Formats: sequence, structure tokens, C-alpha cells
Amino acid sequence: MRQTLDTILLVLGILAVWQLLNWSAGDIAIASPAATFARAGELLSSATFWPHVWETGAALVYALAIAILGGLTVGLALGLHKVSGEVAEPILISLYSLPKITLYPLILLVFGLGMSAKVAFGAIHGIIPVAIFTLGAVRTIAPVYFKTARVLRLSRGQLVSTVVIPAAVPELVSGLRVGFSLTLLGVMIGEMFASQRGLGYLIMNAIGTLDVPTMMAVILILATVAIAISGGLLYLDRRLHHRAS
Amino acid sequence: MTRLGWIRLAVVAGFVLLIEVLCRTGVIGKLTMIPPSAMAVELWALLKSGKADADIVQTLRNVAVAFALSVVGGFVLGVGLHSITRLRRAVDPFLATYYAIPFFAFYPLLVSIFGLNAAPIILIGFLFGVVAMIINTINGLDRVPRVLLKTARVCGMDPVRTALMIKLPSAAPHLFTGAKLAIAYSFIGVIAAEFIMSTSGLGYSIAYAFNNFDNKTMYALMLFIITLVTVINAVFHVWERRIMARRGR
Repeated sequence: MRQTLDTILLVLGILAVWQLLNWSAGDIAIASPAATFARAGELLSSATFWPHVWETGAALVYALAIAILGGLTVGLALGLHKVSGEVAEPILISLYSLPKITLYPLILLVFGLGMSAKVAFGAIHGIIPVAIFTLGAVRTIAPVYFKTARVLRLSRGQLVSTVVIPAAVPELVSGLRVGFSLTLLGVMIGEMFASQRGLGYLIMNAIGTLDVPTMMAVILILATVAIAISGGLLYLDRRLHHRAS
Repeated sequence: MTRLGWIRLAVVAGFVLLIEVLCRTGVIGKLTMIPPSAMAVELWALLKSGKADADIVQTLRNVAVAFALSVVGGFVLGVGLHSITRLRRAVDPFLATYYAIPFFAFYPLLVSIFGLNAAPIILIGFLFGVVAMIINTINGLDRVPRVLLKTARVCGMDPVRTALMIKLPSAAPHLFTGAKLAIAYSFIGVIAAEFIMSTSGLGYSIAYAFNNFDNKTMYALMLFIITLVTVINAVFHVWERRIMARRGR
């Protein structure tokens, strides 16, 4: 109960700071919370807004699917083979901290403008954290499980599906959470630079026409959805880790 | 170097060689990507001519300032949040979902507030980096052994001395992770900001070269950034290992 109250107080605090910023910087720089919410309401009820949402949503779903399947496969393959895992981990970690934005022109040259470039850019952001977390998860599985599997003469496929994946699920959810944030970031960057559709394009377009309320309303909608999904994953993450320990 | 180190080197070298061969044989078109060896030659020529110096200096300065602000600010905010339990509980879920917010969409907004100069770029770098540092500071402080804090109390140490002599060293590994992430995120933030809207800097130069179909300069600069970040990461990695080794872990 007190927790909920504190969260509400925090949100109110953020809104108050936002309003103060609006008063000090003026409507041209920052739209007031009221104006932003009003504009967000208009957008959500207008027919021209939804195609952009679906565009971004589809790009995100494709990119996430590639990132998760790819990351899981790479992580599992590397995790189950000790030497490969140890060789690959530092490489993966340095790839993780690389500013992938520098690779954006390369992606554009390979995939051209449009959906595939956005998906590819989102996927390269998400795939590495998923792979790192999967690798870590497989590595920390207690050796006794593997021994038991050997005693039961499980095949490679059975080992992965009945032992490795269930044992690694909590870590996989953590990886998914980080992967989700980064994939969204990648898709958004993709849309902001080179796209004619999607929420990123709407933001850039609003900036171009100095339409501050629309820009902030789109960001607000995006942030709300992102926080909701990420919060859901966080809840799942904590529950799974709690159950595992 | 260890055996694993050699294998790692071989894997990376093999990958670069593969790209080289694919480019040379025309599997990857000339307009898409130039061979890595050509990138290196271009980069060398670019560095020698000094044409990119001003941009390099500017970007590195912005990253350095953003990084320093993130580490110091993140540490102070982390310590502050950690000591106010109620606020911390309320803020926790927001911190955990922070990176899901595409907040560098705010960059153009910052430009309209501060003008088109270094301030909004540094601020974006800071916004990217600071939360990683806050999260890791809080994690680190959570793991300070209780007994050490009790000892400090028994010895009658004041809060400042406790922070410097007990909390800081105990939380060091986490702070280190935070600093490593902060540097990576500062780079991402600064270069992304320069990419979107700027009149100079490495991110701008890459975008400019891309728009002018100047693949040679573009790939030379990309190689520069990738090499630089990899070297910085490697230095941090080795440094961290040393600290860990000294602690006998």
C-alpha cells in the first residue's frame, strides 16, 4: 500500500518538475503536461496515427524475434562448449559496448531504406545481450544436472529442451529484458534517420515542423508502452529468480 | 598470452580476413563496403592529413565530459538514493526500465533549449551513462558486508570516513562495472546525438560522408571509432582483472 503511494508521489513529482520546466523554458521548448496529454489523446483517437504504431510494432516484433532466436542459439551453442564460450565471451562483451550507431550507414547500404533496415538495426542491438545472458545462464547450471542427463543417456536435443532451457529460464528473462530495451532503441534510431513511417518518423517529422506537443506526446506514448512491457518483464524476472533461489 | 587469448585473436583475425576476401572477390559490393585493409589505409591517410583532428578532439572531449559527469553524478545520486530507503523503493522500477525509454528523442528538444552546441550532446551522453552508474552504485552498496559497517560504528567512524574507507572499497567491483557501462553509454549517446543533429564531431562526419557517398572516409571513421572503443574496453578489462587479482578473488 505504502509502495503504491510512494510510486504515485514519485509520478506526481515528475509531473511537477515537468510543469516547472515548461514554465521556465516556455511552450516552444517544452509542452506542458496538460498540452502533451491532450495531444496524446488526440493522436490515439485519430485514424492516421495507428498505421505508424503498427509499423513500429511490427518492426519491433520482427527484430525481437530475430534477436531472441539468434541470441538463444548463439548463447546455447557457445555455452555448451566450454572453450568456445570462454573464447567468445570477451568478444561478445566488447561488441555489446560498441556504439552500434556507427554501423548504421553500413546497415542502410546493405538493406536499403525501409522495414528491413529498421529490423536489422533493432536486431543487432538486441541479439548480443540475449546471447551474453544465455551464455552466462548455461554456464552457471549446476554440473550435477549434466551428469544426471548423461546417466539418463539424454540426446543433445533432449538435454537442451529438458535440462538446459528450464534451468536457464530466469537468466533468459533477464537477457530478454535488456534485449527488449536495446531492440526498441535500435528500431527507434532506425526510424528516426531513414524511414517514412513509424513513431520515430513521427517524432522527427514533428521536430521538423516545430510541433513540440506532438513530439512530446509520441515520446510519452512510447515511454508508457516501453515502461509497461519492461515493467512486466521485470516482475517476471524477479519472480523467477525468487523461485529459483 | 594464454591459449584462449590466441584462439580469440585467431577468431577475430579470421573474421576480418573473411570480410576482406568477400570484399575483394566482389561478394560484398564495392558500394556497400570497402575491404578492411582499404579502411585501414584510408584511416592512416586521414589521420596523417589531420583533416579529422578537430572532429576527433571534439567528440572525445564530449565523451570524456559526459563520462566524468555520469560517474560522479551517478555515484552521488546512487549513494543518496541508497540512504533514503522509501525513495529508493519507489524509484527502483523506473531505474530498471529506464533504458527502454527512447529518451534521446529528447535530443532535438535539448537543442532548442541550449542551442546547437556541445551542451545538449554532453547532456545526452550524461543521461545515457548516469543511470548505469546509479544502478551499479546501489547494487554495490547493497553488498557491503554488514559486519564491516558494524565495525565502523564500533570504531566511531563518522559517515564521511565510513563512506571513503569502508563503502567505497567494498563496492568497488560494482562501481567499476558501472564506470565501464557509463563509458560505453556515453559513447553511444554522444555519437548518436552528433549523428542526429550537429555541425561537427565524428558522428556528424560519418553522417556527412554517408550522405555524400564518400564511403572511404565513412569507413575510415567507423574503423577509428570501433578500434578506439575496443582498446578502451580492453584497458578497462585488464585493469579490472588486476584489481580483482589483488583482492585474491
